[in-house]
Amino acid sequence: MTMQAGLNPTPLKLRVRAIETLAPRLKRLSLASADGTALPPPPPGSHLTLTLPIDGGRTRSYSVVSPTHERDAYSLIVRHADRSRGGSAYIHHHLAVGDLIDSAVPTSQFSLHSLARKHLLIGGGIGLTPLLSFLHALQIRGRALELHQICRADEADAFRGLLEPFAGPDIHLHTGRAGLDLQAILSRQPLGAHLYVCGPEPLMTAVEAAATSVGWPASAQHQESFGASGGAPFIVRLARSGRDVAVGEDESLLEALEAAGANPPALCRGGACGECVTVVIDGEPDHRDHFLSVDEKASGRLVMPCVSRAKTALLTLDL
Amino acid sequence: MTIAFKPNESFRPPFAYSNSDAGILRFPFPFPSDAYMYSVNLEPHVRGGPTEAFSAVFDVDEHYIAECRERDLVLGQDPKRCLVLPHMMSAQWDTVELIMESLAEDYPDLFSLERDGDRWTWTNRPLQIRDAFVFGEANSLPCPPFEYITRQAQGDFTLQDQRGGDLFMDGGMVTTQADWSLAFDLGMSFHEWHGPVPLAHEAGVFDRALQYLLRLQYGKPVRRLNWTLTVNPRLDTSPENYPNWGPDKTTVTPANVGEKLHVRVELQTLFRLPRSNAILFGIRAYLASFAELVRVPKWGRRLHRVLRDLPPELVAYKGLTRYHTTAVDYLAGFDDGAATTFGIAPESGLQEG
Repeated sequence: MTMQAGLNPTPLKLRVRAIETLAPRLKRLSLASADGTALPPPPPGSHLTLTLPIDGGRTRSYSVVSPTHERDAYSLIVRHADRSRGGSAYIHHHLAVGDLIDSAVPTSQFSLHSLARKHLLIGGGIGLTPLLSFLHALQIRGRALELHQICRADEADAFRGLLEPFAGPDIHLHTGRAGLDLQAILSRQPLGAHLYVCGPEPLMTAVEAAATSVGWPASAQHQESFGASGGAPFIVRLARSGRDVAVGEDESLLEALEAAGANPPALCRGGACGECVTVVIDGEPDHRDHFLSVDEKASGRLVMPCVSRAKTALLTLDL
Repeated sequence: MTIAFKPNESFRPPFAYSNSDAGILRFPFPFPSDAYMYSVNLEPHVRGGPTEAFSAVFDVDEHYIAECRERDLVLGQDPKRCLVLPHMMSAQWDTVELIMESLAEDYPDLFSLERDGDRWTWTNRPLQIRDAFVFGEANSLPCPPFEYITRQAQGDFTLQDQRGGDLFMDGGMVTTQADWSLAFDLGMSFHEWHGPVPLAHEAGVFDRALQYLLRLQYGKPVRRLNWTLTVNPRLDTSPENYPNWGPDKTTVTPANVGEKLHVRVELQTLFRLPRSNAILFGIRAYLASFAELVRVPKWGRRLHRVLRDLPPELVAYKGLTRYHTTAVDYLAGFDDGAATTFGIAPESGLQEG
């Protein structure tokens, strides 16, 4: 058996082993290595960046939900986005068992704090996916945890099924945010607890506000967004070549740049790693990343094209 | 690949250590040009480089058996050379997995790993070890997992936990170090344990290096070279044992400098670990005497120029003051002033020793 834990200069070639429909808009994929060898262990909270045959080959990232020790296949759960940028629609309508997919090695920007006394996990909708891999890791390590997951009422059965292996008094499923008293949950946690939130932007903003209001230090709060979620179209001008590139409402700035042949370095594609940071020459960025500091965002001089957009109709970049 | 091991070498008095001709040519000579200064000299750790020492994830050479025995001797005298804080248990298993899988893949005739779920069997032929254990169950191994596997690898290792935008040295196996102490540094942050290094802080080297390492990706390890000089082929130049090796500095003479002074190179590797999100830092030390290195004409010329022009702060920090002049005078005899090509690789074969 060839192992590749140490050095993975080449991408992975994966084969779709199974596709399971969990709910009308939720599918679970099992992706094995095409040649049957053991895959690199997926870190807790990691995502897999797949190259999908849409628009001639675009990359999309999805969280790995299987535990680190499972190396025969990666498990992913993909929601058909309401405004799919092509990736989830392709997976839901075209991907078939046996198909081959190129993938990068799974990498993590969202990791568990090794010294946390307790891990408080709050998920919204498909934001459960990285938290599932956390649950596996925390169960193996025997750590104290509490999970609150919000889902739509019509998908409660599917989410209950996903949480069933971890069921217990510390695992809570809520249909809708109404029944969730964030202040109360955050207030009763012990000193040394760490908070992990993954879900839609309004949930993350609400949790962050509640946590801060009851005195949680920023160093104990960890967030992972879904990445780009689209927005109003705008034009990006590449200052070095003078070219204008249109950014559509359903694509990210990074994707538009890549489609135009300008390939800024990019890694996590989720606004966390800092790799794609780009200098803004003119126009006002709409910051949606977790990398730039408050001051850097306020200066308007830098932008993370993987998740951020423009508030102005034209954004001029030093590219 | 066949390696002719030298199991009877000794890294303490009476010293018995030398490099074969092939061993000299595979040495990771640390100077790509004729002048040296600190820099963030990190590059991807891929298989292949200017010499054979860069061919494997964890390099095994002719000194393997002797270096593992030296580690056992040091640990017997001072068990605190291996320390791992309790929250690093998943990093211990990450290290077991990485080193076992890498050695088995790079040296299939020396090491093998059989896996049946979490039931693993590890075979180390050079050290005549064969152990069956349960991955994840620490008491299924004869000693803690990190100590178990690093007793079977050349070079020191430390474990860095990543928390709150910083790295903390929360574990290690350190028996072959260049005058630093794990017991002293344990638990320190990145800037704290680098505190004593001169000049580099002011140049922003550590700020940039930390930002880079915080983003180190799993599956994309990096490496760099570091160096110093060591009197005698001694691996354990630790603060704990300074009385044993400090006085050696007074023994270098023009008559013995070629054999006594060794360039000590550290091939440093950094790996993001999957379960723990920690970083494994490998510090693989290589020793070659001046007399061995000057047999590569390019290295003799370059070593002379680098040492002659080394900033005084670095001469002091690396502890070279006492014999610096003797070393430069000796090396001048191997520097004809000819130009050298950029890079580490030798330009030609060995001169007769």
